[in-house]
Amino acid sequence: MKPKANLKAENYTDKFLENAAPEIDPNAMPALRVQDLSFYYGTHKVLENLSMNIPHPQITAIIGPSGCGKSTFLKALNRIGELEGKVQIKGKVEFFGQDIYSQKVNINSLRRQIGMVFQRPNPFPLSIYDNIAYGVRIFGRKSKAELDEIVESALKSAALWNEVKDDLKKSAQGISGGQQQRLCIARALAVKPKILLMDEPCSALDPISTMKIEELFQTLRQQLTVVIVTHNMQQAARVSDYTAFFNTDESRIGRLVEFGPTSKIFTSAGNSSTRDYIQGRFG
Amino acid sequence: MTQAKKLDSILDAEINNPLSLSRTLFSRGMTVIAFALTALALLPLFAILYKILGEGLTHLSWEVLVSLPAPVGVEDQPNGFANAILGTILMVGIATLISVPIGVMTGIFLSEFGRENKVITNSIRFITVILSSVPSIVIGVFSYALIVVTTKAFSSLAGGFALGIIMLPVVALTTEQALKLVPTSYRLASAALGGGRFQTMFRTIVPSALPTITTGILLAASRAAGETAPLIVTALSSQFWPPLIDKLGEIMQSPIGAETISKLKEIPETLLTPTPSMSVLIYSYASSPYKEQNELAWTAASVLLGMVLIASVASRTVTRKRLQNR
Repeated sequence: MKPKANLKAENYTDKFLENAAPEIDPNAMPALRVQDLSFYYGTHKVLENLSMNIPHPQITAIIGPSGCGKSTFLKALNRIGELEGKVQIKGKVEFFGQDIYSQKVNINSLRRQIGMVFQRPNPFPLSIYDNIAYGVRIFGRKSKAELDEIVESALKSAALWNEVKDDLKKSAQGISGGQQQRLCIARALAVKPKILLMDEPCSALDPISTMKIEELFQTLRQQLTVVIVTHNMQQAARVSDYTAFFNTDESRIGRLVEFGPTSKIFTSAGNSSTRDYIQGRFG
Repeated sequence: MTQAKKLDSILDAEINNPLSLSRTLFSRGMTVIAFALTALALLPLFAILYKILGEGLTHLSWEVLVSLPAPVGVEDQPNGFANAILGTILMVGIATLISVPIGVMTGIFLSEFGRENKVITNSIRFITVILSSVPSIVIGVFSYALIVVTTKAFSSLAGGFALGIIMLPVVALTTEQALKLVPTSYRLASAALGGGRFQTMFRTIVPSALPTITTGILLAASRAAGETAPLIVTALSSQFWPPLIDKLGEIMQSPIGAETISKLKEIPETLLTPTPSMSVLIYSYASSPYKEQNELAWTAASVLLGMVLIASVASRTVTRKRLQNR
């Protein structure tokens, strides 16, 4: 597929991201305001009394030991948890001031605005082109030219364009794991969400792919809010602007322990268990 | 002292110890028994194939596959059972048209809404399983009461309807199984992109499960093609071409115009006449007193076996092609 003549190579990500989200004053409203959230699967409590404001457009990392509810928290933010069981919540989650659990919410529009990338790459058994066009096609018919441009922009902002541009009709199952994960990121970006949730996106990948994905964050951070759950503390330190530390105890209920700018959390955290976790005393 | 202790420990670490004799004999004996019983299980299949193909292939010819039955004893007219072949295809076709939409939708309901309302879906699944074990003659009699009595005719419609009911539970249950085998990750990915239930189902899950569903449909059709009892009480038999074929021939031979529409409207009528089928033909020819018809019964059995074999091979080819495309 030939790139359009008037797209300068160095501006390609800018062109895509220009159309991504309207200008939001970073000081006005957090992307996600979580107030006293408690999350239940049926009667089993998984998260308790979480409150935090996720700022926009920044990269927020969520760290913590295994089983402390980080992934569950992420799934509560775009209501994907509801596919896995009966969900009950107390408290509130607001997306740019709108309650996402209210009855009036169209859950599909919500999930389009808050995209998600999963731990294991899960491309559809379709071609690369069709994978990226999947989300776009759900929301309406677009001409082939428009679709071509959207696919190209999405692949470029996921840093995958140069590797697959020669054969977009190739099956998505035939590319490597790192490429598949970048494809999933491109697929999520193609519907132009305001927030991107990433659940340990690099844990199943080799170091080179991980590095390529971390480079992506540099371009994404100006326009999108990213919330990334990661087991890898060094990754959180490298990549994020804000960090949240989750922890659990014998009750197996997840709680937010501390939230703040990454530099502060990693150097002089307020809470002692945060400091212990950062220093590797447990985890 | 330590020398003796060392030797002991080396002998304990012996890895070339053979099994005791009784154990070895037992193990070998069980292997032999397993192979022997497998061969025994395959024996009836090979015996059937040998007998049927042996007797039937001798009289198989092109004439048999394309001609109508001739009166017994008449030598100069071509004799065959082409009308029965077409009749079977017609009625299995009607059965497929009835059972596939209903069965696939039922399978989708069972797999998609299964998590939410366990009581209803378990009941539906239970009823479907029961339906699959209803004797085929009972289904035939049901179709007789429903269609033959009300339309006052034995017909291919009634026969196709009975076969459709026989196929329905198989299609529904295999569809449900096929959909359950699709990885949950596709469902999550589609939902995370904003896909609603309908979108996720028909853009991702059903296409992924399609090869398995197709196999299920073809196997159900093969089974239906061999059913005899329900067809005896619903479609009876006939010595002539199924009228649908005549009507289609008429339509294709005349020029396209206003007449075509009126002829198309006459098609449903053509389904309301007695229709021949392979299974009923085999039954009546095998029990007839005429030797020529007995011989043709063997041939018809071989042809029916061949049709079922082609359907199975076709289903495997479809599955393999789909899996290669991924």
